[in-house]
Amino acid sequence: MKKAKEFIKYDEPVITIRDLYKSFGDLHILRGVNLDLFRGENLVVLGRSGTGKSVLIKIIAGLLQADRGSVEVLGSSLENISIKELQALRLKIGFSFQSSALYDSMTVRENLEFPLVRVNRQLTRKEINTAVVSVLEAVDLLQSIDQMPSELSGGQRKRIGIARTLILQPEIMLYDEPTAGLDPITCIEINKLINEVQDRYKTSSIIITHDLACAKSVGDRIVMLLDGSFERQGSFDDIFNTDDPRVKPFYDYNFIK
Amino acid sequence: MISKTIDKYLVDLAEIHRFVMRFFKEVFVGPYEFKEMIRQCYEIGVKSLPLISLTGFIIGVVFTKQSRPSLADFGAQAMLPALIAIAVVRALAPLVTALIAAGKVGSQIGAELGSMKVSEQIEAMEVSGINPFKFLVVSRVVATSVMIPVLMFYVAFVALMGAYLNIAQNEATSMTVFFTEVFDAITFRDILSSVIKSLVFGFTIGIVGCFQGYTSSKGTEGVGRAANWAVVMSMFLIFIEELLVVQVLQLIPQ
Repeated sequence: MKKAKEFIKYDEPVITIRDLYKSFGDLHILRGVNLDLFRGENLVVLGRSGTGKSVLIKIIAGLLQADRGSVEVLGSSLENISIKELQALRLKIGFSFQSSALYDSMTVRENLEFPLVRVNRQLTRKEINTAVVSVLEAVDLLQSIDQMPSELSGGQRKRIGIARTLILQPEIMLYDEPTAGLDPITCIEINKLINEVQDRYKTSSIIITHDLACAKSVGDRIVMLLDGSFERQGSFDDIFNTDDPRVKPFYDYNFIK
Repeated sequence: MISKTIDKYLVDLAEIHRFVMRFFKEVFVGPYEFKEMIRQCYEIGVKSLPLISLTGFIIGVVFTKQSRPSLADFGAQAMLPALIAIAVVRALAPLVTALIAAGKVGSQIGAELGSMKVSEQIEAMEVSGINPFKFLVVSRVVATSVMIPVLMFYVAFVALMGAYLNIAQNEATSMTVFFTEVFDAITFRDILSSVIKSLVFGFTIGIVGCFQGYTSSKGTEGVGRAANWAVVMSMFLIFIEELLVVQVLQLIPQ
């Protein structure tokens, strides 16, 4: 488990979720989820595929609407939020998609400039260039600035995707399966990047994963989604010190020592 | 079973209505994506030129060749330029341009937006606080509405050139005489009706392609279906609109 960070403020929740329910037809995915994300922490959400982990962060980002329950992000309730308020709130949230979701008709530079110039149309060319170079240096991919997404590896696309969210300097980062489909060495690089983002930008993050190595490496706190709600919470050892048949196979499969 | 089908049909209709209304709401509200509109105009207009040119030229040549025998029966071959001018300007140019564009541009827009939907690029724009509808849909629909009428004029010119070359081959005529007879035959009303038709067709191609792509279901099947339906629905609506516009324009007194 990683060392505790001094800048984490456990008395300052940035996301508060109470009694959240979400269904798709007859499929009840989230059943009474309660969650707090505190200022500066990396919160890992573990769970099996299809248990609603991605649904949860999409609700937080306003991409999906909950059926029932309350979601508060940086003091703003998502219930009945206007489109204008939601757009303003989204500027404070960075979302790293599982597929990276880079705009494939644009170069890396254009991908990074795209949100920046639309959020602030008064920026000069020099300021835009400085911002682009800064985030590319943060993800160690300055050399890829004029490449197309199709020319990048999976790990590189993931890092550029993270860079594109960082350029707007969000307070909250949401990572959807950041290490999915990547080789172990690239996974280590991504885990390292997530921790560096936390250290450098003091972001509060939710990391959705079922990669236990990632969870152990980046998580200050871990919660496990079981049967639609968070039944297990705490440190890595707290989560896996159990014979619960829904939990133990997670650990056993990853052969974590 | 029947009520479920009707329900689905009504829900789809409501979704289309909401989509079109959103376009009209967003197109008049800034900020505007001028750079993207210009880029789309280039993609739709300039990149369609080779195909449009060939099609327009063939239309002109074939129509002239096929009309000549009928007019010859009445000794009215001299009316060939006037006949072709009216047919091309009033009907063929707008319709042919729209049908070619529906196939080329409509499918391209449907596939592009469908693919962006599948790869979560549209969601990525949304969570960045950007309005993807304005950037992707408004820019494309404005571009098709502007460029289809422009292409229509180009097709009309190319078709008339094809007709002239065929006439010059068979009868003794000069370009000056040919085009004098062409412009004598067509009226401002003919040109206005073609512009109105092209505008409506262009809007249809853009909005249908964007709707199919923007609301496509996930997966490669969804993308394929979006591209396919963008073409099919556009072409179907173009023929309906051709009929309606002609009827409406005939009600306007000369």
